[in-house]
Amino acid sequence: MDKFTTLTAVAAPLPMINVDTDMIIPKQFLKTVERTGLAKGLFFELRQDKDGNPVPDFFMNQPQYKGAQILVAGENFGCGSSREHAPWALLDYGIRCVIAPSFADIFYNNCFQNGILPIKLPQEDVDKLMDDAKRGQNARITVDLEKQEIRGPDGGVIKFEIDAFKKHCLLNGLDNIGLTLEKKAKIDSFEAKQRGTQPWLYAAAGRTA
Amino acid sequence: MTAPRTLYDKIWDSHLVDMDDQGNGLLYIDLHLVHEVTSPQAFAGLRAAGRKVRRPDRTVAVPDHNVPTTPDRAKFVFEDEEARIQVETLDRNAKEFGVNYYPMNDINQGIVHIVGPEQGFTQPGMTIVCGDSHTSTHGAFGALAFGIGTSEVEHVLATQTLQQRRAKNMRIDIDGTLGPGVTAKDIILAIIGKIGTAGGTGYVMEYTGSAIRSLSMEGRMTVCNMSIEAGARAGLIAPDEVTFEYVKGKPHAPKGAAWEQALAWWKTLPSDPGAHYDMEVFLKAEEIAPHVTWGTSPQDVAPITGAVPNPAEIKDETKRAALERALNYMGLKPGEKLEDVAIQRVFIGSCTNGRIEDLRAAAAIAKGRKVAPGVQAMVVPGSGLVKHQAEEEGLDKIFIEAGFEWREPGCSMCLAMNADKLKPEERCASTSNRNFEGRQGPRGRTHLMSPAMAAAAAVTGKLADVRKFI
Ligand code: SF4
Repeated sequence: MDKFTTLTAVAAPLPMINVDTDMIIPKQFLKTVERTGLAKGLFFELRQDKDGNPVPDFFMNQPQYKGAQILVAGENFGCGSSREHAPWALLDYGIRCVIAPSFADIFYNNCFQNGILPIKLPQEDVDKLMDDAKRGQNARITVDLEKQEIRGPDGGVIKFEIDAFKKHCLLNGLDNIGLTLEKKAKIDSFEAKQRGTQPWLYAAAGRTA
Repeated sequence: MTAPRTLYDKIWDSHLVDMDDQGNGLLYIDLHLVHEVTSPQAFAGLRAAGRKVRRPDRTVAVPDHNVPTTPDRAKFVFEDEEARIQVETLDRNAKEFGVNYYPMNDINQGIVHIVGPEQGFTQPGMTIVCGDSHTSTHGAFGALAFGIGTSEVEHVLATQTLQQRRAKNMRIDIDGTLGPGVTAKDIILAIIGKIGTAGGTGYVMEYTGSAIRSLSMEGRMTVCNMSIEAGARAGLIAPDEVTFEYVKGKPHAPKGAAWEQALAWWKTLPSDPGAHYDMEVFLKAEEIAPHVTWGTSPQDVAPITGAVPNPAEIKDETKRAALERALNYMGLKPGEKLEDVAIQRVFIGSCTNGRIEDLRAAAAIAKGRKVAPGVQAMVVPGSGLVKHQAEEEGLDKIFIEAGFEWREPGCSMCLAMNADKLKPEERCASTSNRNFEGRQGPRGRTHLMSPAMAAAAAVTGKLADVRKFI
């Protein structure tokens, strides 16, 4: 997983609430056994009309958002399914940071697993950044994870909150599995204890095809 | 004496492997369910790192999202190559890593959230995860069950644990008696209508009250299934005699002395009197009517006697724009009566409403009636065992005589990854759980409702009030 430290980039505006994971990446792109190559499905139904023509005012079709790495969106971003294809598609397109007033739980967690920083901010801060984002290439935004601040194009600074452990993992690009395996002795002793109190969870032989 | 605890608190406490001083917990996972769409990258990750599955005996895999529902699937015929590759990849991974597996053409195959309970893998007091948001279904047994992403699937496969922070407790109490024709589906739609799709974010929702207690396990699963549509991490219903009766005798349920031991523990699980909830919501069962959705989010819901709302009456600009977009997408006009809305397709199935009780309820309406001209209706049982049971009861004949299609089990048109999908602008009465844009096919239009309501819509050709049929 790539580290996330400081990012200075163009921010793209997506002024919609309840953007669900079916919108981020529709199901026809989920039939892959890979994690990459999903940018082709990103916002597939939003960026083109029913005849397959590009929707002109959608950010992905506008030259001023070419290379955008930050996305600014409305409340409850990422609701719906657990598909990690949603952050994979964002990442494949180049998005490393999503800013919104609120996120759905599973999507929020999935971002951290992939080196994407989701930032929750009060609505008025998001409104301000949405205005900046609407200025395209003229307004680059800096996201500084170490300092937990966003520096706007006009010198304004917005502070954000983030869980200390998640921050540590992102800053260092740490793999969660490796971290947990360091606790193997604790997992072993939990199992030994549970085997005593709930033996039926250890009795089943299982049925293997 | 310890402070009174909720059901959630008890499951959390009994599964905590480790906790740091910042509140980051490591939770032991008792049951890991796996399907073909969200697992290939996780198994590939394990293989690349030379890791094994820590508890193959506690891991259960079944293909469901992509599988065809037509008879020729017995010959492994797929409409599309990529879907076949995903199913074959699961076959291979299940074998290589030695996990429990129900292949596509096994009678026990079905939607993962129907198979777990049916096989007795799902039990009270467990922690259960799956790379699928509707894992919340298993909360009906008093198990802490929730969806995870693929990286977390890999984490659970490798370590049998999950990094988690403790959620807040919410109680949703539904007291009273449901009216005729009103079902578990209407309860959960009414709840989502009341608290919104983000109303449960950060919470585990426990459903209590006499209306919940009087539901069958099938009904309880329907309620818990859609907890995620209210944004909740998980839904929970305390286990009781109804739960124990359902679990008893299932293939993987504890037996003999182990059963007695398990039962004794399960009975300690219900929330203690006086346990603290961070939020409480109350509904009266008598006030819940049969519900249908009219928009593109499960919170866009109204009683069937209602009408399409008017964006002009909404002040907030973003919310008004969202409503306008939804009505435009759905092809509905403000003020239009819901009972006047004509449908072309009907889908009865999914992990929300693809169990035997659901098929019985739909068949009771379909019996002796005919699917309206111009309507295509399909019934997709949630599992091979549900299909078999329905055929024993002759429900398949009732459906076929009425003009419904009778299919092989799978997710099917709940998410339309296989060949079962809506055409653009086709309108569907569906018993599934999501009416998002494109969910049942690009530009398809979905109205969520109960199985009996979907059957009533099938025979009417319009959204219909099931109470007029009983
Ligand atoms: S039936 Fe629908 S909601 Fe349930 S697991 Fe399958 S796709 Fe998901």
